[in-house]
Amino acid sequence: MLSFFTKSRIRGGVHAEGYKELTSADKIVSGFPLPKTLYIPLQQHVGKPAEPLIRVGDKVLKGQLLAYSQGLISSPVHAPSSGIILDVNEYPAPHPSALPIRMIVLETDGKDEWVKSKIVVDPFQLTPEDISLRVGAAGIVGLGGATFPTAVKLNMGRENSIDTLIINGAECEPYLSCDDRLMQERADQIIDGVRLMLHGMESDHAVVAIEDNKPQAFYAMQTAARPYPLIKVIQIPTRYPMGWDRQLIRYVTGKEVPVGCRSSEIGVTIHNISTAHAVHNAIRKGHPLVSRVVTVSGGAVGRPMNVEIPLGTLISEVFKFCEVDPSLTARIIMGGPMMGDALPHTGLPTVKATSGVLALTESELKSTDVQPCIRCASCVTVCPAGLRPLDMANNIRMNQLDAAVDLGLKDCISCGCCSYICPSNIPLVQYFKYASGEVVARQQAQHKSEQTKRLMDDRNARMERIARQQEEEERIRLAAKAERERIKAEQAIAAAAAEAAQETLV
Amino acid sequence: MMANIKPKSGAHIGAKASVSHIMWQVILALMPATIFGLWLFGWPAINLFIITLLSAIFFEAVCIWLQGRAVKPVIMDGSAILTAWLLAMTLPPWAPWWVGVVGSALAIILGKQVYGGLGQNLFNPAMLARVALLISFPIELTTWANVSPLFFSNSPGLIESWHITFSGIDNLDAMTGATTLGYIKTEFSQNHLLSESLKDYSGLLNFIGWARGSLCETSVILLAAGGVWLVRQGVIQWHIPASLLLTVAIFASIFHLIDDQHYVSPMLHLSSGGLILTAFFIATDYVTSPNTATGQIVFGAGCGFLIFVIRTWGAYPEGAAFAVLLMNSATPLIDYYIRPRIYGRDRQGKPLEITKS
Repeated sequence: MLSFFTKSRIRGGVHAEGYKELTSADKIVSGFPLPKTLYIPLQQHVGKPAEPLIRVGDKVLKGQLLAYSQGLISSPVHAPSSGIILDVNEYPAPHPSALPIRMIVLETDGKDEWVKSKIVVDPFQLTPEDISLRVGAAGIVGLGGATFPTAVKLNMGRENSIDTLIINGAECEPYLSCDDRLMQERADQIIDGVRLMLHGMESDHAVVAIEDNKPQAFYAMQTAARPYPLIKVIQIPTRYPMGWDRQLIRYVTGKEVPVGCRSSEIGVTIHNISTAHAVHNAIRKGHPLVSRVVTVSGGAVGRPMNVEIPLGTLISEVFKFCEVDPSLTARIIMGGPMMGDALPHTGLPTVKATSGVLALTESELKSTDVQPCIRCASCVTVCPAGLRPLDMANNIRMNQLDAAVDLGLKDCISCGCCSYICPSNIPLVQYFKYASGEVVARQQAQHKSEQTKRLMDDRNARMERIARQQEEEERIRLAAKAERERIKAEQAIAAAAAEAAQETLV
Repeated sequence: MMANIKPKSGAHIGAKASVSHIMWQVILALMPATIFGLWLFGWPAINLFIITLLSAIFFEAVCIWLQGRAVKPVIMDGSAILTAWLLAMTLPPWAPWWVGVVGSALAIILGKQVYGGLGQNLFNPAMLARVALLISFPIELTTWANVSPLFFSNSPGLIESWHITFSGIDNLDAMTGATTLGYIKTEFSQNHLLSESLKDYSGLLNFIGWARGSLCETSVILLAAGGVWLVRQGVIQWHIPASLLLTVAIFASIFHLIDDQHYVSPMLHLSSGGLILTAFFIATDYVTSPNTATGQIVFGAGCGFLIFVIRTWGAYPEGAAFAVLLMNSATPLIDYYIRPRIYGRDRQGKPLEITKS
């Protein structure tokens, strides 16, 4: 039996101004002009990058497998449209650094011709393992932003016997409304996806949780779920970061996921509504994940909208379509404004994790005029993880990273609540990301020096052993020589004696 | 392609509050009590108030200038003005000019800048200055002017006020008297019981603020209104004021019930403006109070307990400043021991046990 609201405690969080009305009122735009070239990164997920199996010059159809999944946690990549492979090489990644990563470059032929695929008549006749396989083969990853391969999660669910599948429709990030629109327009498909996931995990109960600032999405989903009593649709309070999986799990089930555990270990698993939608597409239509709905919004966007775009479309093309004014754009953000990353330029592709692309004006951004911390402790109040950001930041500023780790640096989820609320405009999350990276780098350096020391010790031991062996051999050699000489001398004496005897005889 | 924008993670948008916004909101909350106090004690009080404020700005500017930093933005953050504001509110209304100047110098230089400026100080600067002044100049700091509101016949005029501020009060006995708490202390020393000494005490007048006392801390109602507004605005949390006032009330009630001739009633304790000012505006100073809700409750209770102890058995009639300073020194300790529980961990920081239904 599900026990709702028995322990519905929400910790921390902020009421951020939503700005969702910029895009949430209008239908998802489907007529996005097919770009001439698509840049498809081989790694759009958590885990190992996919391995390409096409060659430059190959002709591919839409949905055709371009790179296969490698290892246990990985995901394949498919062609977002039909065309010719131009290049497999390194191009700037959609990341604040824009460092090069491996991508497949596809020149589209404009036909957008689907590869032929077999469609199952009744997927509920398939074995749960088969559902997982198909989901994995379709390249589906967590589309809420975590990009963890969905098939792996379904398998873990089967192994751990899940009693509640939570479908995350919180969409708590300001500006973003792609999940909201998807739920309003394709509720039946999402609910079908949820049912397929339940089948894939051999589980019965699902809870679809939607923030109460999206009443239309809630009604649409409730209507779609009506025939299935085991799928409950609930409204949850609007409070960022309600969509943090662990916050939502506690709110819905009252259970807290212990540090270092996966949620499936306590019998809960959580998927995003867009992921459920992608599962529906993969299994009912045989379509792998090659496109997604992206929110394009912000003060510098002339036509803010939700638009379905092929994966690998450059942000510059998206911005051109949405009439972004470059002179007004103060910052380009991939994802939401709370957790998203600022991008250095628009020549970067959209990927599976891209839920939004924002072009924000100077007045929308938080001030960068950093002032001293006045210990107001707002950051402590809003932290959903129960950390003390101000003390962690103080330690990091003094380069006392171990002290910051003791305070819980590794439990930081980078949700951005502390940076959002800070009246002194201290970029707290920036501090924590830096420190986390630095801690890993230091551990690696230490590991390396330990490794070097071990190798040195081994070498010294080896050299000593060789020296000892040589000494031993030398000693044996000398002993043998002495022995030989002694025998020689004895023989000489014996010979002399014999000679003398002979002489006496003669 | 667009201009290269400096990469930056974390929340790109933010709440509108800024440091100066917070400071000005606190000043706004103090405004009713301040205006009332300035009116109640007339021109000499206004002189002292302005002198204290201006000298605080001057000392802050000198310190910042010596550090080679831009002076204007630091002054505009309002923190020095707020410190001086709070200090001036707690001074005797007709104190001579140099009390304000020395007080501001102590608060800004010794109380704040030597620690490294805003956010670094261990003690509440205004209370540090107040206590230093009280110990160094006990006469000036315990000379309480009579109520003499502006535009009333007994109120000194502008010219006369300069005389009071810059060369002292001529007719001391006619112009001054004791505060309620001070009077009770003196009466106790002459073995008078409470029922005698409180014959003329009016709870209502104290509540409104029509009584002798510090410059702007006589009016309980106006200070409490400002404090409650600050809590509602979210500038301060309720934990410190609530636990402080409750602790004073509880201890006062217990002792008053045991012996109502030697221990004043909780109502009299609570209807002192000094206590309300401390609870809402001084103990809640961000820099010098703990940063978790539980820690703040402990801190407030500690302040309340010390205030009660000093008022009841101490040598001074009012103990708020001492209590706050003592608890300030305990703040790092409270923050060390009282930490929020991290998600997925127990209070000791170990991962929770897996509970599977």
